[in-house]
Formats: sequence, C-alpha cells, structure tokens
Amino acid sequence: MPDLLEIVLKLAAVAAAFGVLPLLVGQAEHKVMAHMQGRLGPMYAGGFHGWAQLVADGVKFAQKEDVVPAAADRTVFKLAPAVAIVPYLLVLLVIPVGPDGQVVLDLGLGLFFALAVMGIGVIGAIMAGWSSANKYSLLGGMRIAAQLMSYELPMVFAASSAAMAAGTLSLSGIVEAWHWYWLPWQAIGLVVFFVAGLAELRRPPFDMPLADSEIILGPYTEYGGLRFAFFLLAEYAGIVVLSALTAVLFLGGWRGPFLDAELGWLWLLVKVFALAFVVIWLRVSYPRMREDQLQKLAWAWLVPLALAQLALTGVLRVALG
Amino acid sequence: MGDYFDGYAIFAALAVIGGALVGGGLAANRLLRPALPTAEKLTTYECGVDPVGDHWAQSYVRYYVFAYLYVVFAVDAVFLFPWATVFSAPGFGGTTLGEMFVFLGFLAAGLLYAGRKGVLSWV
Repeated sequence: MPDLLEIVLKLAAVAAAFGVLPLLVGQAEHKVMAHMQGRLGPMYAGGFHGWAQLVADGVKFAQKEDVVPAAADRTVFKLAPAVAIVPYLLVLLVIPVGPDGQVVLDLGLGLFFALAVMGIGVIGAIMAGWSSANKYSLLGGMRIAAQLMSYELPMVFAASSAAMAAGTLSLSGIVEAWHWYWLPWQAIGLVVFFVAGLAELRRPPFDMPLADSEIILGPYTEYGGLRFAFFLLAEYAGIVVLSALTAVLFLGGWRGPFLDAELGWLWLLVKVFALAFVVIWLRVSYPRMREDQLQKLAWAWLVPLALAQLALTGVLRVALG
Repeated sequence: MGDYFDGYAIFAALAVIGGALVGGGLAANRLLRPALPTAEKLTTYECGVDPVGDHWAQSYVRYYVFAYLYVVFAVDAVFLFPWATVFSAPGFGGTTLGEMFVFLGFLAAGLLYAGRKGVLSWV
C-alpha cells in the first residue's frame, strides 16, 4: 500500500493541472487567434493585451440561466456535460511527468486505458446531441458518431505503433524506451495520431459536427450558461490531453536537454504547449472540411498510412533487435 | 493482486473528485443564476421560428456501413496491443512478424474491398 499522503498530494496536483491548463490553452487561443487574424475584440478587455477577456467570459457564463428545453430528455441533457469533461481528468492519471514513478498511476496497460477513457468523452457530446430533441443537435450528434468511428481506428493503430516500438503499454515504459531516432522512425504515426486526435476533439478543420455557422454548434445548440461552459472546457481539456499523449508517445514526454528527473514536468509542459499552439494554428489556417472529405481523409489516407507505419515499426524492431 | 485493485481505487477516487467538481460547480452556480422559465423560452430552438414537425426527426444514417467496418477493424485492432508487447521478445522474432503481415494483409484487403464497393464515400 503506497503512502496515502503521497496519493492525496498527487490527486490534488492532477486536479489543479486539470483546473489550470485548459484555461491557459483557452487564453492562448484568444491571443494567438487575435494576433493571427488581426482581431481587436479579444485584445481589449482589462487593458493590457486583453488579459481580462477570459475572466469576463467566465463571469458571463456563471450568471446565465440554465435552460432545459421542454422537449428535451432532461436527465441525459443535464448529465451530458459531466460525461464530456470528466474522462479528460481521468486520463491525466496515467500521464507520466518524470522518471521513477512521477505519475499518479503507472498502469501496465496505461496506453490502452488512456485511449479507452478518451473515447468516453465523445459519448458526452453524442448524449447532448440526442437528448436536446433539436434537429441541429441530432445532425451534429450523428456526425460526431461518424467522426469517432472513422478516426478512432487510425488513432489506435498509430498508438499501438508506439507500443510496438517500446515493447510495453505502460506510458512510463514508453518514455523510458524513447530515443531520438523515434522521431524519423515514428513520424507517420505521430502525424496520424495527432490528426486523428484533432478530429476526435472536433477541432477545426474537423469541426463539421459543430459548424457554428451552419448547424449552430450542433449538439450544443440548446445549451447555455455553465453547462455550455463545461463543454467548452472539455474541448480545451481535450487539447491538453491529446497534446500530452502525443508528447508522451512520440516526442519523449519528460525527456529534455538536462535534469530529466527534476525538470521532467517542465519539458513535458513545454511540449504540451507547443503542440497546443499547433492545434490553434491549424484552426486559424484551414477552412472547415466537408463531411465526405472528412470520411475520405480517414479511410483513404490515415488508415493505410497507419497500417504502413505498423509494418515499418515491426520490421525495423525485429531486424535491429 | 492487492496492488491491482489499489490502482483502480485511485481511479475511482478521481472519478468521484471529477463528479464533485462538476456537480459542485453547478450547485454553486444555482446561487448566481436566475431561474425564470417561460413557455416560449423552453421551446426548441429553430432559428427563431416555431419548431416544425417532431423533434427526433426520422433521418437516414448514411454511414452505417462505416459502423460495421469500424466494429470489424476495431475488434482486430484490440489484439494488436497484447501482441505489441511481446513480438520482439526473445523466442518470437521472424515468425511473429510474419503473422503481423498476415494481419495487415487481411485489414488492407478488407479496406480495399470496401473501397472498391464504394461504401467508403459519403453519399
């Protein structure tokens, strides 16, 4: 039985990271988009660089009425935001932030656990789409389901390529086994995993299920106030989790130029925020993909590429020993 | 065996913490937000006009073939994980790698077949 105090401290750290990191990503998105697109709005509130915009958003969300449409399936409607956001908190359990047990829970099948729990977050959005009893929401929910089914497969293949290269499913074990030559060796897997993850989070350019200018944010049409804010937070938490998983699987997690044991968490954070920046950058740079283009990208490009990466990983691993 | 369940006890504890964060947030929010429902406010949103027809409108799920494909492939993919941990261990090697190519061959042939049948394009 590990020390109880240690576990309580680690859980508190995870909860704190879950409270702070998504908000930092949200703030970064405001500012990066404002700079890239020359937007003035997000740069105004509070004076210096619009620092108070996120606070103002929070205050607004907190005092809006919680409307549940009369036609909606009340229980499912109210439960959906929690189902959408809590899984991303749970994934943080298995993300290692340093060597020698600097992780809350070093599960032997950590990678499998992370992928399985991440998939649950999508169910929250599908629940919202169904229970709203709104045509936009239903359309959005069905598109989300289609997107999950198409992109989960390349994501699982790319992730198992990293597991093959390391010979273990433990996320700590994968970072231990990581070497610089994984970068060229697993490059395809890295891209496939990251792109499929973006699609699963429904981030632009994969935001056809939300498409605010076409189906009014799809499954979130009927939501307002704090419940809507939870869905937004879930999106940002999803970015954090996806970036962290990508960093751990393909970019060496807590490995850095020096002091891995003491500063591992810092190296991981640097990688997470660099990847989160790429996520925002992609949103600003690419137009939304049409539904059929989305499906084609997954089945005609990502799945074959992921299969090719599996073959490459297997052959090199056996050939080189 | 004890360690195994200890691990999942931590998981359960964090799930409870997560539920408490969301539930506590909503409970605190109850003190701040107004609650003035009216019949108009509770109608379904449809761009400002009264909703037309039934809410759960019948629609054709065009991608049900993807769903079948996904189930087939995902069930296969699950077996990759245990295999990935042992395939390069001493005593496995070449034969195990050959088995992987049989596996990949099946998946690729299935994908190619589905593609030729035209089920991978959204109609």
